Amino acid sequence: MTRSCESPRTEDETAQVTLSIDGREVTVPEGETVLAACTAAGVETPTICWAPNLTPVNVCRVCVVELEGSRTLVPACSRPAEAGMQISTDSERVRHSRRMVLEFLGSANDLSQASEIADWSRTYGADPARYEGSGTRGASGGSGDDDGGSHEQPGPERVDEPVRIQDDLYIRAYERCVLCYKCVEACGDDAQHTFAIAVAGRGFDARIRTEYDAELPDSACVYCGNCVAVCPTGALQFRTEFDLRAVGEWRPDDQAVTRTVCSYCGVGCNLELHVQDERIVKVTSPADHSVTSGHLCIKGRFGWQYVHAPAFEPPTTSAAEH
Amino acid sequence: MADLHFSDAEPTASERRAVLAALSVDEASDGAVVVSHPRVVRAGMQRRKRMRHQLLPALHALQREVGWISPGGLNFVGRTLGVPPAEAYGVATFYEMFRTEAPTHELSVRHVCVDPICALAGAAPLAEHLRSQGHAVHECPCLGQCERAPAVFIQGRREPDRVPADGSGPDSLLVSVTASTAEAPSLLRQMIGRDRGHSESMSMEAYRERGGGAALDAALRLGTDEVISQVTAAGLSGRGGAAFPTGIKWRAVADGGGPKHVVANIDESEPGTFKDRLLCELEPLAIIESIAVAGLTVGAEHGWIYIRGEYPLATQRLRQAIAQARGAGWLGDDAAGSGQPFDIELRRGAGAYICGEETALFNSLEGFRGEPRNKPPFPTTHGLFGRPTVVNNPETLLNVNEILRIGPEAYRSVGTEGSPGTKLFCLSGHVGRPGLYEAPFGMPLGELLGLAGGVQGTLTAVLLGGAAGSFVGPDAETLPLSLEDTRAAGTTLGSGPVMVFNDTAEMSAVIERLAKFFRDESCGQCVPCRVGTVRQHELVTHIRRAGGPTEPQRELLGDIADAMGDASICGLGHTAASAVLSAMRLGLLGDTA
Repeated sequence: MTRSCESPRTEDETAQVTLSIDGREVTVPEGETVLAACTAAGVETPTICWAPNLTPVNVCRVCVVELEGSRTLVPACSRPAEAGMQISTDSERVRHSRRMVLEFLGSANDLSQASEIADWSRTYGADPARYEGSGTRGASGGSGDDDGGSHEQPGPERVDEPVRIQDDLYIRAYERCVLCYKCVEACGDDAQHTFAIAVAGRGFDARIRTEYDAELPDSACVYCGNCVAVCPTGALQFRTEFDLRAVGEWRPDDQAVTRTVCSYCGVGCNLELHVQDERIVKVTSPADHSVTSGHLCIKGRFGWQYVHAPAFEPPTTSAAEH
Repeated sequence: MADLHFSDAEPTASERRAVLAALSVDEASDGAVVVSHPRVVRAGMQRRKRMRHQLLPALHALQREVGWISPGGLNFVGRTLGVPPAEAYGVATFYEMFRTEAPTHELSVRHVCVDPICALAGAAPLAEHLRSQGHAVHECPCLGQCERAPAVFIQGRREPDRVPADGSGPDSLLVSVTASTAEAPSLLRQMIGRDRGHSESMSMEAYRERGGGAALDAALRLGTDEVISQVTAAGLSGRGGAAFPTGIKWRAVADGGGPKHVVANIDESEPGTFKDRLLCELEPLAIIESIAVAGLTVGAEHGWIYIRGEYPLATQRLRQAIAQARGAGWLGDDAAGSGQPFDIELRRGAGAYICGEETALFNSLEGFRGEPRNKPPFPTTHGLFGRPTVVNNPETLLNVNEILRIGPEAYRSVGTEGSPGTKLFCLSGHVGRPGLYEAPFGMPLGELLGLAGGVQGTLTAVLLGGAAGSFVGPDAETLPLSLEDTRAAGTTLGSGPVMVFNDTAEMSAVIERLAKFFRDESCGQCVPCRVGTVRQHELVTHIRRAGGPTEPQRELLGDIADAMGDASICGLGHTAASAVLSAMRLGLLGDTA
């Protein structure tokens, strides 16, 4: 899915709709979303579960905007733009819900590796510590309705999971998972069609799981790494990054990104090699690339170790052999 | 199976048999690829989606046979239906009635409701008693038997599910204010004072003698436009809680292209609500007739009943009624002589309040997790299987039968201008005679309580609309029970539960339980509801222990409520704070320190 609302287009190319974003008239092609209209109007919108190369699932609700005539706020990422819509992106209601969503996530998850969410949290004044002070921290004793929930522990319940390291290619740290569904989409209908993972459980206990939490090598996983590429919080992380972070050597600012074409087959997937200290530390693909839409296979994603193999001296050949 | 990866776990012979008996597929056929012509095959996702709606019946069969969804059983279901095991596991773990860990016993499981009314009636000692007798006990949310609390439902292990109270004890009380006048609408008229449950009174002949079949005849005689115009003129609105105008819904679906669906939403799970259970148990043929009326009116081919899994008697009677209706020609390729095909399939839920939300119901029925979809698009254009769909509550559907029987003018002779007709109220808790009451919209709350034998003791509060509703105090006795008056008073009728609490009820315990209910029943899809319901419950628990809220806690509860109400995907999140906030306003959580 390519977002092209900012590119100039002629009237007859496709039907257009005009709507109002914060009092400013914006025209976008029919079928575009309110989010695209906001972007076209120059309004930055926080998103967590939205990605340009995935179907919107509108579950994080951080992109909500106020639509005149609607009882509740609406998710900008998935709501189709309609002619005459009056949208407010910075009303008190919008700011409140965005702040609360960010605060909820901050109170439930480890967001230390989600720099974008941290930025938005500052912008909206989210204060996850509110739940520590006036929530259940320090509370003890039984409740009248004691059916064994984990709410008996002091402090607000958090997503508490050990890091799963089951192979050399990527790790899963679900205490950082905000359940944005992106990995499930990338593994499933939106890219890979492998369906190795899904959301299991319900409510606060919902988690991304293989069947019966089977270890990844035993699951349907084909190690394309597309789930890792779309994860917004570092809950899924390439092993290279995880290991470098563990020793304090993960330095994104020192990384050069080189674009190249995958050498394995003839499809022509573009790769972005993230290089730190002369070593490849991560491979991605641009979300807007016409061949990959940001998705790769195991070879393009992980099959780069040969680049760092000891130098190989080719045998001399004579011109006659050509 | 070409393209799905399964573990090595194999099903046992009994698991295999149980699953196949529940499905309409041939084991020999590879689930994913079907050759329908030498040069045409159906395969992959399309084929998969065609069979996936049988996932819930298959999981029910496994659960009943071996007491859990085992890896081997899940693999077999996945292979047979073409469902990836991770997704089937995600579905199995969504529902209260399915276990994904091996049970330590071979017993049927007694589900004991611990929601407020049953808690007042002694659910905790009952659960203890059952445990001491060696039974397997599972504490669960409302079982829809509030008029005979405390409620128990037995989920059978190699035996049919059953409700002990169905076979013993007195019949549930039915009262109708409008039943005495033939020209007034009354859903309960034919059910009151009848021998209940006797096979004779359940026969098609007996139903016809009671006037059954007239609505279907009238619908076929009048035709689509006239039926919809009468429903619209009668001012009928949905009785499931949202009160959407039925005529508008039907018109939109009638105008849509086929194939189309009609769904009877009998996933009645709102705490305090039991009306649909009684309607289905007492007059199942009327439910089937009303679904056929809806289907033939809007031009749908497929009718579905989605009934909550904890209603075994209603399920059995509806299944029997479907068979009777087929026998009578109401359903089939030429349904009721209309020239249109229409048939009904029944599906059981598996314990999830959220599946009463219409789009969550669609996902559940299609074999996906019961997570609500974002609206728009609405079910009238993108409903079940993405097709135009009418989804209505049985009470709503039976009202259509009444409109066709007496005409819109007579229908409007009772009720208020804004809320014509009658409403079924489920009275439970501290009233003299708990039961199902039919009263015209607009009857003052105090009068309804009087009909039910009055409040026992001194009234503290009434919870209108169930967990998703709100508390009103003793001063609300004059409140007219209409859609517009309750809305103006900042409360709601919802699906009709009226839960009465006197001064012996520990209100803070009631409220903490309601908060726990939403924490447990949130599907977990969207952040405001997934985390907000947890934070709300934690706060209420803390406030209860402290004896009252602090000012910052009041503010925080308000902040959480606003975000859940404004930014959640569906009605569950939108209403999850309503009862708690209303309780705080009434001082039921104690005074601010």
